[in-house]
Amino acid sequence: MTRTDWRRRAMSRLLVSFCAASVLLALLPLAWVLFFVGKQGLAALNASFFTQVPKPVGEAGGGMANAMVGTLILIGLGAAAAVPVGIVSGLYLAEFKATRLASAVRFAADVLNGVPSIVIGIFAYSVAVLPLGRFSAIAGGFALGIMMIPIIVRTTEELLRLVPATLRDGALALGATRGRAALTVILPAALPGIMTGVLVALARVAGETAPLLFTSFNNRFWSTRLDRPIASLTVQIYTYAISPYDDWHRQAWAGASVLIAAVLLFSILARLVTRRLERMHRS
Amino acid sequence: MRAAGGWGGASGSRASEGRGFRLGTGLVALLVPAAVAGIAVVLTSGSILSIKEFGLSFWGTRTWDPVAGQFGALPFIWGTLYSSVLALLLSTPIALGIAIFLSDLSPYALRQPLVFLTELLAAIPSIVYGLWGIFVLVPIVRSLEMRTPAWLRHTPLFEGPPVGVGMLAASLILAVMVIPFTASVAREVLKAVPATQREAAYALGATRWEAIRATLFYGRTGIIGAIMLGLGRALGETMAVTMVIGNSPAISLSLFAPQYTMAAVIANEFTEAADALYLHALMEIGLVLFIITVAINALSRLLIWRVAAERQPRVVLPAAAPIG
Repeated sequence: MTRTDWRRRAMSRLLVSFCAASVLLALLPLAWVLFFVGKQGLAALNASFFTQVPKPVGEAGGGMANAMVGTLILIGLGAAAAVPVGIVSGLYLAEFKATRLASAVRFAADVLNGVPSIVIGIFAYSVAVLPLGRFSAIAGGFALGIMMIPIIVRTTEELLRLVPATLRDGALALGATRGRAALTVILPAALPGIMTGVLVALARVAGETAPLLFTSFNNRFWSTRLDRPIASLTVQIYTYAISPYDDWHRQAWAGASVLIAAVLLFSILARLVTRRLERMHRS
Repeated sequence: MRAAGGWGGASGSRASEGRGFRLGTGLVALLVPAAVAGIAVVLTSGSILSIKEFGLSFWGTRTWDPVAGQFGALPFIWGTLYSSVLALLLSTPIALGIAIFLSDLSPYALRQPLVFLTELLAAIPSIVYGLWGIFVLVPIVRSLEMRTPAWLRHTPLFEGPPVGVGMLAASLILAVMVIPFTASVAREVLKAVPATQREAAYALGATRWEAIRATLFYGRTGIIGAIMLGLGRALGETMAVTMVIGNSPAISLSLFAPQYTMAAVIANEFTEAADALYLHALMEIGLVLFIITVAINALSRLLIWRVAAERQPRVVLPAAAPIG
């Protein structure tokens, strides 16, 4: 064996080990964040966190019940706008894949997915806060809806493409029009997967803060009115995190642990469903 | 539709039904590009006062004084670019290492779980990274800064008091947040490189790394696209950076200095912008952030598609949340 051979092998081994090490290096912060949020969150969580609204400064206790409900309302509003638009657009992309509009939509969805969420917030502020003259749940839901659309569009398209072509051929052979086949045969076949994608989109935007700062704003009291500012888990965590009070910091950790638990739950659920679907389509 | 319960009626109505389906779904799909165009229009019209008042000097001026009505965005541009470039320097080797490991080296049984775990990094909300940053990362950075030897502290890269919050903490946290995006796109790109490339390299007597280098070279445009996609994420990231960068409109090379970014100044000051000019100045920063990220995303997508087009119709980009 020559000297260069030896060097090449050593180089190869070194860089291959670097690749393996980089996986561990990336998993380190993941474990660290999850561990810390879990530890601090469990120490701070209690029943009143889920049932009470924030207490005034200086009073211990209180909870984020209003913020959790607020987040649910906000993502519900977002979904109400984004789910129909996203699924129908995805249907168009899957059915008319080669048209010029399809490439434009696909491109726009990718671009929209990359627009910083803070910019989406400014957009929602200009469209929904300025005309109303006040921060509102509607404005926040609008911002979250815009962010959900690209995720739902792409998931829907991918999953519709997984539906075997034989199903469509069968429907067309029975005399169905293209639209009929798409709506009554192909879409239902892909629906479980699409719903999973929608759930993932919901979980992801539930963790958004930046687009809510000046759209839904925040609210320390119970409010479910759609035309008023509304509390959200993320903005509440932010407010507490940058405050100087230890008790508020504890509440922030508790809120973060609830948020992380929801995100993890949805991600694992989505993965299980996706794997089952893949196995189903393969067999 | 007219023949109740049937598969369509006479041939004339079938044709119109088909056209109706295409038109109906197409009109809804048109909303997606319309939203992008809408953002551009709204942001432009919302920053018109500032554009007229300051023109291009807005981007070359250091003063940011809302009380005096003086607005210059240079410190924010600097902070955004500097933090993003530092984050990319840290994240790119690691992200590429992950992509290579997961596409070429990993044992089959480990592959799916590891893909899931690395993508989980992208699922953690920005605000949680920020919280962790404030209470875990910043104290660690501060003690690191205090232990920095004095001769090093006199160099421009490490000068200033050891406050913990600042450029170093921000770029570290940004790097962690960008890794999953770059890694997952780079992995798709490597997957799209034909196996013949690898086999040919091995047949010529290449070592494992030399074969990997051949695939990296083959997919280089896509890899660059993946890195640029990460850059787009880093530029627009808001909450975690806002919470650890120190929010001080200074221009400094120092990693220890508190600085500011475009996204952070919008997040902090938007609700406080009392007069129209102030609001328009912030909107103009948003507009430029929008233009830069759109350009970077568009370019990276084109690069990625070019590699992928040779093997499969389209690389499935991660439907990950826009971070912020």
